[in-house]
Amino acid sequence: MAAGDMRSVAAVDGRGSLVAVVALCVRYLPVLIMLAVWELVGRSGLVSQQMLPGIGAIAAAFLDLLQSGELVVNAWRSLSRAATGLGLAVLVGMTVGLLMATRPLFRTLFNPLVRILYPMPKSALIPLVMIWFGLGDASKIFLIFLGCLLPVIVSAYNGARGVNPFIVWSATSLGASKEQVLREIILPAALPDILAGCRTALAFSFILMVSSEFVIAKDGLGFLIGSLGDGGNYPAMFAVILTVASTGFVADRLFGSFVSHRLRWKEQA
Amino acid sequence: MTADFGIKIEGVSHAYPGTQGLNAAGTLALKQTDLLIRHHEFHALLGPSGCGKSTLLYLIGGFIPVQTGSISTQKGPVTAPGPDRSIVFQNFALFPWKTVLENVMYGLQKKGLPEAECRDIAQAHIKLVQLSGFEQAYPSQLSGGMQQRAAIARTLAVDPDILLMDEPFGALDAQTRRVMQEELRMIWKRRPKTVVFVTHDVHEAVFLADRISIMSARPGRIEHQIDTGLGPERDESTLTDRRFVELGEQIWRLVREQAVLASRGGL
Repeated sequence: MAAGDMRSVAAVDGRGSLVAVVALCVRYLPVLIMLAVWELVGRSGLVSQQMLPGIGAIAAAFLDLLQSGELVVNAWRSLSRAATGLGLAVLVGMTVGLLMATRPLFRTLFNPLVRILYPMPKSALIPLVMIWFGLGDASKIFLIFLGCLLPVIVSAYNGARGVNPFIVWSATSLGASKEQVLREIILPAALPDILAGCRTALAFSFILMVSSEFVIAKDGLGFLIGSLGDGGNYPAMFAVILTVASTGFVADRLFGSFVSHRLRWKEQA
Repeated sequence: MTADFGIKIEGVSHAYPGTQGLNAAGTLALKQTDLLIRHHEFHALLGPSGCGKSTLLYLIGGFIPVQTGSISTQKGPVTAPGPDRSIVFQNFALFPWKTVLENVMYGLQKKGLPEAECRDIAQAHIKLVQLSGFEQAYPSQLSGGMQQRAAIARTLAVDPDILLMDEPFGALDAQTRRVMQEELRMIWKRRPKTVVFVTHDVHEAVFLADRISIMSARPGRIEHQIDTGLGPERDESTLTDRRFVELGEQIWRLVREQAVLASRGGL
């Protein structure tokens, strides 16, 4: 019986993966169409090849950058900055958001700051941050941190405020202390919101990574885009831009599957 | 000295703060309530909706602070929630990110028991509420009745002196509710404890309780107290017992009076 089950599961799996591949193609059809139109517009001569290089030229430039190691080195520099800034933002933002939700003193202290800082474009701070932290990694990491911090704070705050009070009461009546309630009840209960905030922050980290490196850097993907553009090497510039976009896309998908694994308890039977 | 009371409630009033405008004065939920609940008694609190019966339960639980009067148990005055007074809510309030086993183990871990012992006690209680085989299920994968069983197991596992129940079967369908009532009464007989059971279902109160307090319309206080005198055994045959039927009618009239008063009160 067990073997029969296994076979039927495998059969369903086989069909399932075919369906998945087709679904994937349909899902990203708009992207394929965009690439096709891009190529056609380039070839038709409507727009000069200088301004819109063909897909082939971009792919060749991409391979060149990959072989020279330039792309990998700069991507590594960029991504480690983004990861550091984002990581710090998640840690600090989660703590501040949860404390704001549960401790009135924190709420009074941080609420006005959060309200003022949230809508402000962080890239406007680039010149100021450059003066404060210099041209090294610190200035970029700080900007990424600041940009990612606010969505995490706001989501942690809203998530924690929305926790069912009866769950908290249950925990206290089972003997949980105030600290335990915060760590063991409010944090996991607010996790769906917190992770949604982190996903927004992940996108912000890519935006700030590129825009800060564009202005203040000697390396990184943002720097590379800027210098290739200045040098008129548009195919290579597009190759880097598309690398950033697809890296961001992959990071978001990976984070998404981490989230659905982490929140599998939410699934209905 | 072993005191012969389970919970002593003396002169308890409770007002919820008002918001601006119409209700600026706030709402008086309880007014000068006195109630003595005996040790290891199954006590039902019955009354029209909005009469403050849940408020009284939350005060006993220590979830909301006592404003006037006093509430004490054998452990002394109630000031905060504690594992000696555990509660089961109408909407189960299970921890949705924990499995059934982890939910039931939580209170035991808070007691500082070794992990293996927590697991054993939790398993035993899961078996008691007939959820064996669902240890690794998440609450979202269970039916309402099963979730409430898990919540009862979680509360019973910490072996509280006092068991507080806030319309625990209110969200269940009629059949499941009947089964759960019989099971609860059976569990209580095996492990006697002081139970305060809030409900607005007259027959549920009569079927389960040794004594019933009927609360007045808001602001609530204890209007009548009735010994059911149905004896320790409750089962299918209790439902057709003459005393059960008569009590049901008598208590229904008393509750109805209060419900009518409540509706005249403009609620």
